[in-house]
Amino acid sequence: MFEALSHLALQQYWWIIISVLGGALVFLMFVQGGQTLIYQVGKEKDERTMLINALGRKWEFTFTTLVTFGGAFFASFPLFYSTSFGGAYWAWMVLLFAFIIQAVSYEFRSRPGNVFGARTYETFLFINGLIGTFLLGIVVASFFTGSQFSLNDMNEMNWHSPARGLELLLNVHNLTLGIAVFFLARTLGLLYFLNSIEDENIEKRIRKQLWYNAIPFLVLFLTFIIWLMFRDGYALNPETGEIFMQDNKYFLNLIQMPVVLILFLSAVVLVLYGIFISLFKKSSAGIWFTGSGSFLAVFSLFLVAGFNNTAFYPSTIDIQSSLTIMKASSSHFTLTVMSYVSLMVPFVAAYIWFTWRAINKNKINKDELTSGESHFY
Amino acid sequence: MLENIDFTLVNWSRGQFALTAMFHWLFVPLTLGLAYIMAYMETMYVKTGDPEWKRITKFWMKLFGINFAIGVATGIILEFEFGTNWSNYSWFVGDIFGAPLAIEGIMAFFLESTFIAVMFFGWDKVSKRFHLTATWLTAIGASLSAVWILVANAWMQNPVGTFFNPETARNEMTSFWDVFLSETAVNKFVHTITSGFVFAAIFVIGVSSWYLIKNREHLLAKRSIVIAAVFGLISSFVLIGTGDSSAKEIVKTQPMKFAAMEALYEGQSNAPLVAFGILGEETDHKNLNAESEADFLFKIEIPSMLSWLAYGDPDRYVAGIKDLIQGNEEQGILSYKEKIIRGYKAQQALRALKDAQKSDPNGKEATALKAKFRDPEFIENNVQYFGYGNFYHPDPEQIEKNAFTMVPPISMTFYAFHIMVMLGGLFMALFAVFLFLVLRNQLHNKKWLLWAAVWTIPLAYIAQQSGWIVAEVGRQPWVIQDLMPTMKAVTQIDVESVMTTFFLFAVVFIGLFIAEAKIMIKQIKVGPKKKEDPNNV
Repeated sequence: MFEALSHLALQQYWWIIISVLGGALVFLMFVQGGQTLIYQVGKEKDERTMLINALGRKWEFTFTTLVTFGGAFFASFPLFYSTSFGGAYWAWMVLLFAFIIQAVSYEFRSRPGNVFGARTYETFLFINGLIGTFLLGIVVASFFTGSQFSLNDMNEMNWHSPARGLELLLNVHNLTLGIAVFFLARTLGLLYFLNSIEDENIEKRIRKQLWYNAIPFLVLFLTFIIWLMFRDGYALNPETGEIFMQDNKYFLNLIQMPVVLILFLSAVVLVLYGIFISLFKKSSAGIWFTGSGSFLAVFSLFLVAGFNNTAFYPSTIDIQSSLTIMKASSSHFTLTVMSYVSLMVPFVAAYIWFTWRAINKNKINKDELTSGESHFY
Repeated sequence: MLENIDFTLVNWSRGQFALTAMFHWLFVPLTLGLAYIMAYMETMYVKTGDPEWKRITKFWMKLFGINFAIGVATGIILEFEFGTNWSNYSWFVGDIFGAPLAIEGIMAFFLESTFIAVMFFGWDKVSKRFHLTATWLTAIGASLSAVWILVANAWMQNPVGTFFNPETARNEMTSFWDVFLSETAVNKFVHTITSGFVFAAIFVIGVSSWYLIKNREHLLAKRSIVIAAVFGLISSFVLIGTGDSSAKEIVKTQPMKFAAMEALYEGQSNAPLVAFGILGEETDHKNLNAESEADFLFKIEIPSMLSWLAYGDPDRYVAGIKDLIQGNEEQGILSYKEKIIRGYKAQQALRALKDAQKSDPNGKEATALKAKFRDPEFIENNVQYFGYGNFYHPDPEQIEKNAFTMVPPISMTFYAFHIMVMLGGLFMALFAVFLFLVLRNQLHNKKWLLWAAVWTIPLAYIAQQSGWIVAEVGRQPWVIQDLMPTMKAVTQIDVESVMTTFFLFAVVFIGLFIAEAKIMIKQIKVGPKKKEDPNNV
């Protein structure tokens, strides 16, 4: 069935999948956000153990989504993979290190003989939460602000900044998104704790912390979006294949793609509603609203970056080298094969949902810590 | 063309990839095999209801968890590194190589990570049967992860199911099934996964033997040894079988690797197999020339065995390193010099096409050149040697010199291969002896044998690493056989950056390794939980 689709349709289909994975990844970053709050929300050892265990049974989803996001990008838009990963070397490498130290920390933290002590592994989790969210935000922001690279006629990449990706940190527009994602992850982390842990003291602290994290997030995110609406964008002339600068390109994209606009606006409403009911209504269901809102917000931002004849990975120094989904994609054949594979995604999502429910049926509380049946971090 | 290559950069990039891949592979084989051993144990628990089986299962699961975390942590590095350090490679083959990686994520990693959470946290939350299913799915998920990355690796060793698209200057997939089911991919998968089974069996037997030496956990140790010995023995047969079929396939697809595995310089009929050998200093791939000869200080040979191993026929001719470089008309072997010239022509045609397209993208010249890359004769004679073109030089004598550099490190390949094979034989013998003795209940008083089993664990690590050295060092100078040399694949970046990340990785790995080893040993010393509470089962 996919064979019959045009190359362009497949490229769009795959950009949608990348956007879904990107959205899912940011939602699942509640794990990272939560990791930065362990000492602020948990004042006693038992409380911290509950928090870490609430995150500990979910971290692999985030990790796996990141790996799949990378793999899917490689398979469907390999030119992005070779250009960005090889070019922004240090940005990706630092991100990578932040994830290497995460994976062992849960398992090793409470084991006897772990050499470095629980505090070290908790610090690793904090670093992962801070760097992982912040740098991912920076890299995603560069989808709009651009990077300094050029491609030759064999599509070999040449990166012109000696800082190899760290120069992205000098762009204030990038920074607003990086820090916004950090606070978003913390907000989501708090909402997740609220939903999965049963403990009065923890709950009180969460609701207080929510103010300190949700407000900075909203302010920064709004700044990023308004700035985005006003800035020039990298547009593609579909007739000639040339890239040119267009005023208010991203604003136009939203207007010209009303479905995306609606998605984006609903996302904002959902995010706000989830925060609102957690702050004022004592509800513990905020994660579902703010979570799905974050998913939709990121999803629609990705569509704004890549659809409507836009270069999703712009080059600031050689504008014609900018990557569009058409230029960066795999062949028709590979995208077709991959599209069949993508049919598994709903099935995967279904079993994740099913097992999530089974494991989170009962909230984590202090009694569970002593029951001795379950695996504990 | 070689003079434009920064070999310091290439070597540090290779070093970093080798470091991360080898470190990753310290943990993966145990995950692959132990998952099935645990799943079998839990099946016994569900079938019999005997709480002791649950205790045994949970003990091995704990060790599995410690080992699994670090395998995950190191796995993500490799995926990133394809992009960060092998940028040109990522583009040149991303159309084929990326697909298995993505499928791995969607199909295998989620399966693994979802059900591992049920396995660890679900004991009192889901039904017995659901829990058992989760354990089996974790094991299957782990094996599936191995499938896809090995398919990708196999394609690099034997690039099939693709064609070179001059328009995009990369290889593109033409048949998914050719890639997925190539002989190389099937051999590689079965060989690698059963090696993981054998590894886990050695690990389980070694740890159980230690308990017997310390005179504790008798039931756990004996039950574990029976299961592991049977599992290891069956896996060993498959391992040897696929080792044999791999050899038969490598001699066709990567004859240079095959020759290096045996340090065979001169081709011959009725070629003998070196069962054991020590190489002299003269065996050096760096100063190889037409006069070089194999230099063995000592060797034991089995007559005609190599011909038989390679072709199932003791009389067949096996090509040596020098035949492959210099060519051998009688045997129909094209010289490297000829391949370099042919590959260079393909590269020149591509260059001409790009230049023609600059003036007129759809002009006559561009169209003709594009058609050339679709011409079966040009593909057969030139495009399939594309990578050789990188060793071209205007001076024909220099081409010949360059040809002699296109050889993998011979002694390293030779030793890695022989160590792997010998240890594989040793492991099989160990399984047989342990199975025999444990069933006759004569094992616990054979202290020396139990100690031998404990010390076989490090040998199993060596065997695993050796296997990958044969596969990856043995295929040099190619990152994709005949199409792309390693030196062309690398990301153009300052070498200091790569050196810095290399040392960062080294420090992190040493730290993680010490922690993991200590936790593992401590956990083994602590042993399984005391008797399960019968009300809690």
